[in-house]
Amino acid sequence: MSAEPLKRKTDIGPPNYQQFLPPIIQENYGQWKYHEILKPGVLVHVSHSGAKLYSVRAATPRLMSIETIRLFADLADEFCGGYLRFTSRNNVEFLVTDETRIDPLIARLRAEGYPVGGTGRSITNIVHTQGWVHCHSAATDASGVVKNVMDELFPHFEAMDLPAKLRIAFACCLNMCGAVHCSDIAILGVHRKPPKINHDALPKTCEIPTTLASCPTGAVRTASVNGKQSVEVIDEQCMYCGNCFTVCPSMSIINAENDGLSIWVGGKVSDARHPPMFSKLAIPFLPNNPPHWPEVVSAVRNIVDVYASHARKFERMGEWIERIGWPNFFKLTGIEFTKFHIDDFTHAGETFARSAQIRQVPA
Amino acid sequence: MTELKHQTPLIDELEKGPWPSFVKEIKKSAKSAAVQDLLGVLERSYEEKRGHWKHGGIVGVHGYGGGVIGRYTDLADEFPGVAEFHTMRINQPSGWFYTSKALRTLSDIWEKHGSGLTNMHGSTGDIVFLGTTTPELEPTFKDLTDAGFDLGGSGSDMRTPSCCCGPARCEWACYDTLNFVYDMTQTYQDELHRPAFPYKFKIKAAGCANDCVAAIARADMSVIGTWRDNIQIDQPAVKEYAESGKLDLQKDVCDRCPTKCMSWNGKALSIDNSNCVKCMHCINAMPKALSPGKDRGATILIGAKAPIIGGALLSSVFVPFIKVEPPYDDFKELIAAIWDLWAENGKNRERVGEFIQRIGLGNFLEQIGLEPIPEMISHPRANPYIFYEA
Repeated sequence: MSAEPLKRKTDIGPPNYQQFLPPIIQENYGQWKYHEILKPGVLVHVSHSGAKLYSVRAATPRLMSIETIRLFADLADEFCGGYLRFTSRNNVEFLVTDETRIDPLIARLRAEGYPVGGTGRSITNIVHTQGWVHCHSAATDASGVVKNVMDELFPHFEAMDLPAKLRIAFACCLNMCGAVHCSDIAILGVHRKPPKINHDALPKTCEIPTTLASCPTGAVRTASVNGKQSVEVIDEQCMYCGNCFTVCPSMSIINAENDGLSIWVGGKVSDARHPPMFSKLAIPFLPNNPPHWPEVVSAVRNIVDVYASHARKFERMGEWIERIGWPNFFKLTGIEFTKFHIDDFTHAGETFARSAQIRQVPA
Repeated sequence: MTELKHQTPLIDELEKGPWPSFVKEIKKSAKSAAVQDLLGVLERSYEEKRGHWKHGGIVGVHGYGGGVIGRYTDLADEFPGVAEFHTMRINQPSGWFYTSKALRTLSDIWEKHGSGLTNMHGSTGDIVFLGTTTPELEPTFKDLTDAGFDLGGSGSDMRTPSCCCGPARCEWACYDTLNFVYDMTQTYQDELHRPAFPYKFKIKAAGCANDCVAAIARADMSVIGTWRDNIQIDQPAVKEYAESGKLDLQKDVCDRCPTKCMSWNGKALSIDNSNCVKCMHCINAMPKALSPGKDRGATILIGAKAPIIGGALLSSVFVPFIKVEPPYDDFKELIAAIWDLWAENGKNRERVGEFIQRIGLGNFLEQIGLEPIPEMISHPRANPYIFYEA
C-alpha cells in the first residue's frame, strides 16, 4: 500500500454559514420585519429591533477571475466590514450597515465595471451555462450570447420600468444545466443533426447499456460494426438532444453548420398569483452568429419591447400571454408560427386547443 | 498586464459594452498558461462556430466519485495548456454568504493550483473552479479541506443542496433554510461524494413561494416555506400604501389574488384566510403591511427536473405542511424511504420524478407509506382504466 498522508480530511462538508454572517444578521436573524427597494440595486431590510441592513446588488459575468473576487473582498472590507454574498442569479450583494457608504460603494463598483441594479421590476442577471468556454455538448457559446443580450437590455437592469420582473435564462444545449425551462425568456442552444459515431473508439470509451438508456426516444440501438460491439442511431427517431454524447464521448453531436439557438417564453417558478409554468417555444431556430449574435439579440429585444408595452402591472410574461392568448402573442411580436411549435412528444395532446373559445378576427 | 500569446479579435469584441465582460475576466487571469491557451481555444470556437472540448475519463480525488468533471480540449497539440482543464465543484456555504477572508482563501488556493477562473456560482449552487490538471486535484483538495471547504456533488449522487438567503436576510422565510441545508448536506456526505443512485438527486430549500432558488423547477425534493394561520396585517400600513398612490389596492392586490380571498373597503383590508393559498402576491406588493402568518413550516414537493430524459417536470405536492425544525427527523425518514425505493427500483438515469410517473404516484405513496390526499393532485383521474385491487 502506498503511504497515504495520515491527516487527509474527507467528508467535512461546507463550512458552517454562521461564521460568514455579519454581526447585524447574527443579531437580527429571523427578526426581519419588512424590506424596501430604495433605488435600483439597493434593498433595505428593517428588523423588529429597528436595525437596518442595506444590500447593494451588482452584476457579475458569473465567469470570474480570482482577481475580481479579490477586488470584491477589498470593496467589502472598505465599505461593509468584509461581508458579502452572492445571489441565485450570479449577482454579488454587499451587506452594508452604514447608509452613507452606499453611494460611494456604487460609484466604485460602476468605475470597476460592475453596475448596480437588478432589483424589483427589472431584468436581472441571466442564469447561464458554460458554452464554448468549457462544455463538450454546447451548441453555442453561453457567456457570449448573454453578454450581447445584457448589453442590449442594460437599461432594464439599471431601471425598474417593466410591468413585473423579467427572468431570462440561457442553456447551451437540451441538457439544460441552467434549467431554463421555467423562465420568462429562455434562450436554448440546439443541435439539428444526429450524432456522428466513432465506431473504432466507442467500444473503448462507452458503456453500451448506459448509452442506450440515455436516449429519450429509443433511437440508439446496439449494432455490430466490423465485428465489434457498437451502437447505431435511428435517424428518424433522433431529436438531437445530445444526451448520448454526454454518456458516450464517441457520439459527437457537434455540427457547426446546423447548430444554433431557440427562444422560449412565458415560464416562471414563483407561485405568486399564477402557479409555476414552463417556458413555451417562441422561435424554433436562430443561427449561431458570433461574436454578436445579432439575430438572437434583436429577437429577445422584440419580445421584451412587446411585453413591456402590452402587459399590465404585475403580469409576468406568461400571465400576459395567457390573458391575451397565443395567437395574439404571435401577431404582436410578428414571430412566425410553424409546425415545430406544435408538440409531438408524450402528452402532446394536452397542448392542443380543445375548445371553440377563439378570439375570432372580424373579416 | 500579461502579454497575450494568441490574437483574439473576435472575442475581444466582447470586452466592449456596459455589461461586465467575461473576456476581460479571462484576461485578468492570463498569467496562467492554461488561460492563455483557453483564450486561443475560445477564439477558435468563435471562428468555427463549434466547441472544442472533450469529456470523459474518470478523474477525481481519492475515495470520492463526484465533485470533479474531467475536461480536455480536442486541440491539445495546438493548445497544450488546456490539454487537461478539469472542473472542481466546491460546496458553497448556505445562502452564499462569505467574508472577505474566506474569498481570499479560496482565491489563493485556486491561484496556486489552477487557472484562477471560477463561476460564482454554478447552476446547482457550488463554487466552481474552472480548469486544472489531474495531478493538481489532490493537492487542491488538501488545501481546500485544510481551509474548511469540501467538494460538491456530480454524477449519480445527491447533488449539492442549496437554499435562498432565508431568515438571515428575508422577512418572508417561513423556516431556517440555511440551517436545514447545512444539516442535510452534513448528514448525507457519503451520498454526496460517492455516486450510488440511479441518477442525480437534488434538494433545494426556498423560504417562501417566491422560490428564489427555483426549487419547484429544479429539485427532486423541493422544500418551499408556507404557513397555516392568518396573514399578519398592519392596517395603518395598508392604508399608507393605498394613500401613497403607488398601489391600487383593488386592482393591484385584491383582483390579482388567485382565489379572490381579499377585499378592500377603502379603510381596511380583510382576508378570508381559509381560502388563501399562500401565493405571496399581496405580501410581495405590500411588504410593510403584510407578512406570512406565525405558524410557519413548509410544503414538500417532489420530482422536478429539466427535460433529459423523459421530459421536464415540475415538482408536485408530497406533504402539504410540515414543521421544519432540527434535527429534521421527519425529513430524514422520508428521504430514506424515497432513496430506498428509488435506488432499488429506478432505472439507470431515471430521476425520482420519472420513476413516479412510471410506477404511478398512488403506488409510490403506498410504498413510501404516505396516505393519498386531494392536495396532491390538480384533479382526480378522468380515465376509467383503474387497476383495482379487489
